[in-house]
Amino acid sequence: MSLATKYPKEVKQILSKYPPEHKRSAVMPLLYLAQREEGYLTKTAMQEVAKIVDITETDVAAIVGFYTLYHDKKEGKYRMQVCTDLPCALRGADQFMENLCANLGIKVGETTEDGLITLEAVMCLAACDKAPVFQTQGPDGIKYHENMTVDRTMELIAALKNAGGEAK
Amino acid sequence: MAHILLRHRDIPDIHRLEVYKKNGGFAAFKNAVTNMKPAEVTDVVKNSGLRGRGGAGFPTGLKWSFIDNKNWPHYVVANADESEPGTFKDREIMEGNPFQFLEGVAIASYAVSANVAYVYLRGEFWQLAEFLDEKIAEMEEAGYLGKNLFGTDYSLKLYTHLGAGAYICGEETALLESIEGKRGQPRVRPPFPPSYGLYGKPTIVNNVETLTNVPLILANGAEWYKNMGTPDSAGVKIFSLSGRVRKPGNYELPFGTTFRELIFTHGGGVQDSRKVKAIMPAGASSSLILVDDEKVLDTPMDYASVRTLGADLGSASVIVVDETVSMDWLVNKTVHFFRHESCGKCTPCREGTYWMSHLTERIHDGRATKADVDLLLIVAKQMQGKCLCALGEFSTMAVVTGIERFRNDFEKVVKA
Repeated sequence: MSLATKYPKEVKQILSKYPPEHKRSAVMPLLYLAQREEGYLTKTAMQEVAKIVDITETDVAAIVGFYTLYHDKKEGKYRMQVCTDLPCALRGADQFMENLCANLGIKVGETTEDGLITLEAVMCLAACDKAPVFQTQGPDGIKYHENMTVDRTMELIAALKNAGGEAK
Repeated sequence: MAHILLRHRDIPDIHRLEVYKKNGGFAAFKNAVTNMKPAEVTDVVKNSGLRGRGGAGFPTGLKWSFIDNKNWPHYVVANADESEPGTFKDREIMEGNPFQFLEGVAIASYAVSANVAYVYLRGEFWQLAEFLDEKIAEMEEAGYLGKNLFGTDYSLKLYTHLGAGAYICGEETALLESIEGKRGQPRVRPPFPPSYGLYGKPTIVNNVETLTNVPLILANGAEWYKNMGTPDSAGVKIFSLSGRVRKPGNYELPFGTTFRELIFTHGGGVQDSRKVKAIMPAGASSSLILVDDEKVLDTPMDYASVRTLGADLGSASVIVVDETVSMDWLVNKTVHFFRHESCGKCTPCREGTYWMSHLTERIHDGRATKADVDLLLIVAKQMQGKCLCALGEFSTMAVVTGIERFRNDFEKVVKA
């Protein structure tokens, strides 16, 4: 189903934030909306966004490629994005990541067998005083998880699994 | 001393409109709109000595006075992209004391006669954007935003706009490109945003912390503000303290507070009582301050004094590095960050960060020779002064000062 038929209210609300002659500005919020359910942007979704804001598909693809929070490939239902930048690394982020990988049985960049979690190393999340920290990007948006331990992370993963059922 | 910016630490529930109002909230905005001319508001901010808190330290009132009054409409954009590794102050302000920040945006908008303002948040602040949307709706409901405010003909609308994960969007012209629905790549400047900004219209871009100062400056006067801090750096600053300290966090202190007070009195000292080896006062973009003498810690943290140590105070994101850290590892981390975040528009930065990352990796892995260390220094220095925006320059700071001030750390990991 198309974005305009599925989320007419949201599309209208997004467009209302920008001057009508500059509706291209709506491209980023519309991409978030289009990515909400599947966790990635299909070619059809990108085409539709291009049409709504009246730019080419190439322009939309360039934006999707430039910003790290847009994805054009299907991965796990939740992306677990651990900050391993300098301030976090000074507070044990690399070790946390290593232990988490061992517990999940996957490497950075890989997805768990049940398709629930894709583990990623990301750049600074502006929570350097609360390392180890990661965000989960999933169907319910982006959430922060701070001062984490591997045990608490495994509990969170179990809760996500129970809440959403098996992810395909 | 009571907080000026992190007031939620003193006043519970100040994120609720009625509590904020009870504590003097919106009085400054109302007074500005009903009793002052826009230029008078700008003058108060100018006289207060407030300088931009995003890192560049440009005088705020002066920036506002550059707005081009021959070209309309005008825009105000709050830079809430907070992406510098080591910086986490704007998020706390917006979560804890959102109305003071939003009132600051509103006052800035009135000062430059803008009727629309955007708050540009980094994409990771998804929940925070929803929270601010609620706060904006409450302000509209209460008559602090919308049409004909306080019975005047001044109208103002505020909107949030989410980025999507790109450090470069903290650079103001890249940020404007991003709101316009493009890749966040910096523009060639001049022209600067006060004459050519959002949609090519005059625009003022200010950092969250900068704007959050404004309501209290208006309420208490320029002199009140100027009396805090140092002559060169007026007022208070939120220092984001991270790295190897016992109590990392945000500390709001007057400019001129020493590194020692921040790290030891507030931050509880270094973990395991180790020695401070280096300080990065401006996050990953910092030069590395060599702490080979205890006296360095007694340097006051203001723009001018930090410069005497061969570094910039920038956004005051103080990363503490202890004696167990080797700089070849640290520099590899910072360069990896900048390589990832380089937008690719200008060649020196795109290629420079790429080649620097190859060298820092090789050095850190123990595969390099002494000549590679020299080469890394040459690449970094070749980049300096040649990049389109500050990102390229920033990527070289830790590299150059790391090698020049901590050369042993590099030489001990290379092959003979």
